[in-house]
Formats: sequence, structure tokens, C-alpha cells
Amino acid sequence: MIEIIFESIPSFWPEITLSLTFVISMIVEFIVGGKGKKSTGMTTGLIVLLGFTVTILQMPFQDLEPRLLFGTMITLDPFAAFFKYLIVAAGIIVIVFSMQSHEVRRQETVGEFFCFIAAMTFGMFLMAGASNLLMIYLSIELVSLSSYILAGFSKKLKRSGEAALKYVLFGGAASGVMLYGMSLLYGLTGALDIYSIQSTLAAGMVVDVHDWSFVVLMLSIIMILVGFGYKISAVPFHFWTPDVYEGAPVSVTAYLSVASKAAGFAVMVRFFYVAFFDSVLDLGKWGSLPLVDWNMIIALLSVLTMTLGNVVAIWQDNLKRMLAYSSIAHAGYIMMGLVVMSDLGLTAMLAYFVIYFFMNLGAFYIVMSVADRIGSEHIDDYRGLGKRAPVIGVGFSIFLVSLTGLPPLAGFIGKWMLFSAVIEAHYIWLAVIGVLNSAISLYYYARVFRNMYLREPLNGDESPITFSPLVIVITILFIIPNIIFGVYFGPLISYAQRSVELFLQ
Amino acid sequence: MIPHVLNVVLFLPLIGAAAVMLARRSDSAARWTGVVFSLLTFVLSLELFFGYDANNPAMQFVEKVSWIPALNVSYHVGLDGISMLLVVLTTFITPIVLISSWSSITKNVPLYIAMMLILETAMIGVFSSLDIFLFYVFWEMILIPMYFIIGIWGGKNRIYATVKFFIYTMVGSLLMLIAIIWLGYYASTMPGGEFTTDITMLFDIAPTIPLGIQGWMFAAFALSFLIKVPAFPLHTWLPDAHVEAPTGGSVILAGVLLKMGTYGLIRFNLQLFPQASLEFASFLSVLGVVGIIYGALVSMVQKDVKKLVAYSSVSHMGFILLGLFGVTVTGLQGGLIQMVNHGLSTGALFLIVGMIYDRRHTRMIEEFGGLARQIPIFATFFMIVTLSSIGLPGLNGFVGEFLILLGSFQSDVLGSPWYVVFAASGVVFAAVYMLWMYQRVVFGVSRNPENEKLSDLSIREIGLLLPVVLFIVWIGVYPSTFLDKTESSVQRVVEKLEKVQRGEYLTTSVSEQ
Repeated sequence: MIEIIFESIPSFWPEITLSLTFVISMIVEFIVGGKGKKSTGMTTGLIVLLGFTVTILQMPFQDLEPRLLFGTMITLDPFAAFFKYLIVAAGIIVIVFSMQSHEVRRQETVGEFFCFIAAMTFGMFLMAGASNLLMIYLSIELVSLSSYILAGFSKKLKRSGEAALKYVLFGGAASGVMLYGMSLLYGLTGALDIYSIQSTLAAGMVVDVHDWSFVVLMLSIIMILVGFGYKISAVPFHFWTPDVYEGAPVSVTAYLSVASKAAGFAVMVRFFYVAFFDSVLDLGKWGSLPLVDWNMIIALLSVLTMTLGNVVAIWQDNLKRMLAYSSIAHAGYIMMGLVVMSDLGLTAMLAYFVIYFFMNLGAFYIVMSVADRIGSEHIDDYRGLGKRAPVIGVGFSIFLVSLTGLPPLAGFIGKWMLFSAVIEAHYIWLAVIGVLNSAISLYYYARVFRNMYLREPLNGDESPITFSPLVIVITILFIIPNIIFGVYFGPLISYAQRSVELFLQ
Repeated sequence: MIPHVLNVVLFLPLIGAAAVMLARRSDSAARWTGVVFSLLTFVLSLELFFGYDANNPAMQFVEKVSWIPALNVSYHVGLDGISMLLVVLTTFITPIVLISSWSSITKNVPLYIAMMLILETAMIGVFSSLDIFLFYVFWEMILIPMYFIIGIWGGKNRIYATVKFFIYTMVGSLLMLIAIIWLGYYASTMPGGEFTTDITMLFDIAPTIPLGIQGWMFAAFALSFLIKVPAFPLHTWLPDAHVEAPTGGSVILAGVLLKMGTYGLIRFNLQLFPQASLEFASFLSVLGVVGIIYGALVSMVQKDVKKLVAYSSVSHMGFILLGLFGVTVTGLQGGLIQMVNHGLSTGALFLIVGMIYDRRHTRMIEEFGGLARQIPIFATFFMIVTLSSIGLPGLNGFVGEFLILLGSFQSDVLGSPWYVVFAASGVVFAAVYMLWMYQRVVFGVSRNPENEKLSDLSIREIGLLLPVVLFIVWIGVYPSTFLDKTESSVQRVVEKLEKVQRGEYLTTSVSEQ
């Protein structure tokens, strides 16, 4: 046993670094921090930033030959590494955001904030590779617990407290249901790691279609799906999302909407891709689960998710809340890649995540900077912003157009890949619903740049709003990939393809 | 010969837009930069016209560079007679538009000029793309500048108009996107095939698609293009967009943007899906005829000159639709020359309406009257353009409409003279609403004392209209200059369709069925 652990440790350095980052930052915060010492809070932030940087620098030196670590607990393959890069990069960006955000800096406990970002990042790293029911559950819980605290971080704000409480209640219920589903699956197969579950199910010994055992199996999968659905905020498990996204500090919202969602998709893909793949009778994806058309179920979830997200977003006047619903819609689009369960579908998902990373973080960054500057997230306060703050206006428009999926911006490529995947698998109707949703989304994204450019400011105030050079530079840094990936995306797709090819099955 | 002339023509306006935005010192500097770049583009594009070999039906000026190997997408552009003519129309109209807004656009001038130049690149790109992916990128690139042109510099109801324009075109083009991807995957199912978006390859592959699927793809493409044309009953965005757009925006919209729809129908629907085209030909021709009559009748009751011209576009574009789906060389040639005609005449009408609006700040017919005595030069130009729009023999409109009617009459695909009978009534209606409007505006007694203070056209305005009128007469008297250039390309399109109709175009699917 102990040998297995020692063998695995060299492949586990990034995660070890992250957990050390968490522990060290916590200790520093306890020793030198305290009430009213905001400067030490920033020190903690810098420690976490350093830890993340070391992590990301270690990752290219990892041997990505697909293999299992710690017995069957964690899988290390390029697919997991892809998500880890995304997660830690988002982590670094969120720390940078938070250090600028008044919302976060004003808090007395700002040091702890950064500690929990580290804990959450560590949890998401585990999620990206988790291949054992226990590890899946533990990693999701680690991420959830940290994010409950982060969501309620603005203690004095009522909506923040409400958000955290809702999050805890929904999260608790969802993970309870998932755990129950997992225990049923364990009871049926006697195995905890998804590879053994796969071989047991594929052998066809434990489950009989004409028996109650089949019903139990279906039930367990639906219950596990609830847990995953909650994590990626798929309809109908999305109810916490708008409140939490609105109540949490913007930087946390940005992190939840990009990294936490990515990690949720990573673990969901790995679970469904591996556990129910029939390698014995060669029935392919979902081969071990006959009778039910699971592709159709996920397709319906995807349709519900994108449609609800887009339709409700139309009515939102608070931009944070609008982006919350838009991120629900984007989860719906990404699920289209899961529907077809093909390599192309996975490639499209990965490529979409990279693009989504840049466009969504950019949009949240603008909302955060503007809120810091004018103290409002309301759409009417964005009137005339295009003239009053040109770079911010252009940047926000580019992120929103990219989110809509219009060429020549990156978002179009993401959509192109996803639609390609579903059309290749002959789900034309799904693609049609997807594009109609894009048209709906155009309406509410356009509302924002309509306010920024076509409408006069609310009280006739046309004085320029100045932003610090740092804000301008960061905005431009987000604009560049949105344009580059729109016109030159070959390397991105090749990288995503390579990450999918070596998926450990 | 200028090397890579098509690339230069395509990207020069974009460089101009960047130059305008970077050197936004003063409004007049921006205006001059814009005009210089657009005129230079026009001069260079003459090389496309004169250098085009009319006897060679294949694509010319071809440029091909691999762009995204992972998706087998390449930067592939080239022109045949059809697209060459439209590219030159675009480069001809853009400087006119920029000069026309010299004094009427005063707000945020550099942005306006830049948007127009971006639009020019996108439009040339749409006409010259030989890769559907590239085509789609240019096609969607139109939306953003057009959104801002109407939205920032437009009239009172501009926001409503922009949203309507945006949503209409977006729904259409997104469904086309699905068809594009679907088509690409269909190509990969061919023996030895791979995913492709290259039109020259798809021209051979797409016609073999079974009719059931071909019909859906045809419908998706056609919906997008018919919205753009706009064909009845998808035209409702057009009057709003036209009325709210600034003069320059209206001219570009009528002059070039609407042609993207009819061009798309020729290039994609007719050439990629010949069987489905034959199936849908009579349906689309009926839409065309309904559009002709409906547009004319609605024009008749308009009180606003600009709205009248906007609805007359619906009528004229109906003629083009009829010409295309008669699927005869004569009809297609007529449709093609009518695209140019409509760009010139309706573009000029919008310019004229803009000129009078700049002076009087109203476009209501009842406000005018007796202008002939006050501003005779204006009235003369207005007369020529009006007559051209009606289709008076000797001017351009006649050539186009005559060829279209003749082509539809000869058409085996339509096989009925009734199309022509109804369409020809549109010509009569056109005379009624245009001349009636002209009479009320220009002749009679002035109904508003302000009309007596009007000043006649300036040298700049005459300079704008003169080249347009020159081409209006040229095409009317000697259309062969242009028709000769397009004939072989049109013939190739029609020959393919005729082969399909006779069942000679043996395809896998046909033999299977």
C-alpha cells in the first residue's frame, strides 16, 4: 500500500504544491493576520499567487502518459491536465481580479478569502482527475465547501448571506442525493473505482434488464447526474446559480462560472465516459445501460439548460445576474458536446472551455471594474459608457459579441466546433435549437451594447470615466485572445484533439 | 497586371479603416482618408473588370492559402463574371456613399468612416469568397458595422430598427451555418472525401446529395438569403431599416447589401443544390411575383418618400428573384444586370431623398411641390433616376426588366406565362407610384413656403449623381459592356441546371432512388 503512495507522489507535485499553498497561507494568516490588518491579507494573496505560479510552472514537466495514481483514486492523462491548466490559470486571474476588487479588499477577512481560493483550486484539481467514487465525492465536497464560504464572503451584504445560505442548502441536498446514488452503484457492482465498475457492468453479471437491479442502476445514475448537474448548473438543478452569482463577489462569480463549471464537466465526462462504456460486447458509449436513450436525456437537459438560461437572461437588468443566466446557457451549449460522446464532441467541449474562459472572464472583469468605479451593476448605468470609457466599451462589446458567437471572434469558433460535433452525429435538431438560442442570446447581449453606444447617458452626464492603466491593460489582454482565437485557432483545436486522444478509458 | 489584385482590393478598405481610427485627429482628415482609400480601391478594382477574361467561365484572380488545416478551411477567393460585377458595384458605390455623407454626418465622424470601410471589405469578401467558412465570416461581419451605422447615426426609431434588422438576419444566417456544417460533413461521407468548406469542391459534391436532405439544406440557405433580399413575406425589416438609416446607410443597404441575398441564391442555392432549386423554382418565383405586386401596391400609398423608395426595393428585388428562378440564361443575365441597376437607381434615389432631407428635414410628400422651378438641376436628376427606376427604354431599368420577363417567358422550369403576366403588371404599377410621387414632389404648386428658400445642388452633389447617371444611361444604351462579361459564367450555371433537369447529371443518389 505504502509503495503505491510513494510511487504516485512524483506525479502529484502540482496538487501537493496547491495543498502546501493552502496550508502555508492559512498559517501565515493565523500568525501575522488579524482584525483590521488588511495589508497582511494582501500578503496572503501574494503567497497564494506564488503557489499557483509554481503549480503552473510544474505542470509542463509532468509525464502525461495516461495512468492511475494512488491505486485507482486519480487518473492522470492529458484530458485531466488540460482542465488543470484551465483551472489554475483561472485561479491566477481571479486572484489578480480580487486584489483589485473593492468588494473583496474592503473586507476585514480578506486573507482568508485567498486561502479558500487555494483550497477550492486544489479541490478542482482533484475533480479533474477523480476516477473513484470516493474521490469524486470528496473533491466535489472540497470545492463546494470552499465556494459556500467564498459566496457569502461579503458578510455585510444581505444578498451575499442569502446567496451563501441558498448555496449550502442546494449543495447539501444535491450532494446527498449523489452520495446515495453512489452507494447504490457500489451496492450493485461492489466496486468504487470507475474502471472496475465499467468492467463489472460490461461483463453483464450483476445487472439484469428484467430485474429490479436494472431499476436500481437507473436510479443510481439519475441520482449521480443530479450531483453533477448541480455542479455545472444544468437545468433543472440550476436554481442556486443566479442568486449565488449575484450575491457573491464578482471575482468569485467569475471563478465559479468558469473553473468550477469546467471541473464539473471534467468529472462528469470522465465518469460517464468510462463507467458505462461497453468494451466487452462492443456496444460503445452507454453500452452498459440498455433500453434508455441516454444521449437523448442529456440532449434534453442541454436544450432545457440553454433555453432557460437564454430566455430568462432577457429580463435581467442586473448585469451580474444576466451573466449568471448566460453562463447557464453556455453550460447548455457545452453539454451538446457531451451528448454525442464522440472525440469530436469532447474536442469541441475543450476548445469551447478555453474560449469561454477568455470571453466570460473578460465580461465579468468589466462588470467588476465598472461596479468598482460607478458602484452599480445595473444596465441603465451602462448608458453612454462607450463614449465615456472607450476601451472598456470596446472590450465589453467584444466579449459580448464573442459570447454571442459571431465571427470573426473566438466565440464563433467555439460554437462552430460544438455544432460540428452534433451535426456529425446527425443531431440536426439539436443544432437548430442551439442556433436559435444563439439568436435569443444576441438580443440580451445586444441590449448591453445598445445601452453603451446607442443611448444617451441616464442623467446627461457625458464626462469621461477614467480607469486605472492596470484595468485597461488587463482588458486589452483579454481582448487579444478573443480576436486571435477567432482568426487563428488551428493550434487550439489540435491541442484539444491531442488531449482527448489519450483519454484513459 | 497588379499582382494579387483581389487581395489588395479586399483588404485595402480594412487598412483604410484602421488608418482612419488611428489618425482620428480631425473630422475632415477622417473624411479625406476614407475617400482616398475607397477611391483607390475603386481604381484598383477596375483592373478586376478589365482584366477579367470573359471567355473563361472558370474562377479568376484566384488566391488560395491554407488557413486552418485542422478543419480543412482555407483562405480561398476568386471571381467569376457574376461576382466580379458585384465587386465593382461595391467599390463604385462606397466612395459615393462616403462623399455623400460629407456634411450630413457630423457626429463621431471617424467611427462612421471606419464602419463604412469595414463594411466594404466585408461586402467584397462575401462576393469573392470561394470557401463557405470564409464566406460566413464575411457575411456575419456585415452585421456589426450595419448595427452601428443605423443605431448611432439613424433616425428617431433607430433602436427598434437595428434590433429588428439584427434579429432577422441573425436567425437566417445561423440556420445557414447549420447547413454549411452539414454540407461539410456530407462531403466527408463521400468515398475518399473529407470535411471541406471549399466551394469549388462542393460544387461537384453537393448536387449528389439525396433530394430529401438537399431540400433542407436548400431551405436553410434560401431562408438566410431571402431575408437579405428581402423577399415577401420576410421583408418587414427593410422599410424600418431604410427609414431609420442615415442616407449613406440606406444607399449601401439598397445598393449592395440586398444583392448579397440574390448573389447567394445564384452562387449557393442554384449551384450547390440544382435538384432542389428546380423543385423550389416555381415557389420562389411566386414569392418574387407576389413581392413585385405587393411592393408596388404598398409603395403607392406611402406618404414618406424614403419609405416609398424602400417598398419599391421590395418590388424590384422581386423581379430579380423571378429572373433567377426562371433558370434561363436570359433571365439570369437580366437578374444580374437588374442587381446592378437596382444598386444604381435605388442608391441614387436614396441619395436624392437624402439631399432634399438635408435641406428641409422632412421627407413627407405633402410638404413639397413646385420644386422644378426652385431647384431645376435637382429636378432633372430626380427625373432621370425616377425614369430609370420605372424602366423607361433607353435607361438601365428597361434592359433588366425586359430580359427578366423574356427569360421567364421562355422558361421550361416555370412553364407558364402567368408569371410574366402578373410580373409585367408590376411595371405598370411602378410607373404609377413613381411618377405620381414625382409629380407631387416636383411639379404643381409649393405647399410649404419653406420650399421657396431651397438652394439647388452643390458641385459635390452633382459630382455624386453624375457618375451614377452616366452608368444608368450606359447600361440602358449599350448593356453588352457588362452582359458580355457575365455571359459565360451564367451559361455555366444554367447548363448545370439543365443537365439535372434532363436527368443527365448522373449522381449516386439519383441512381439509388
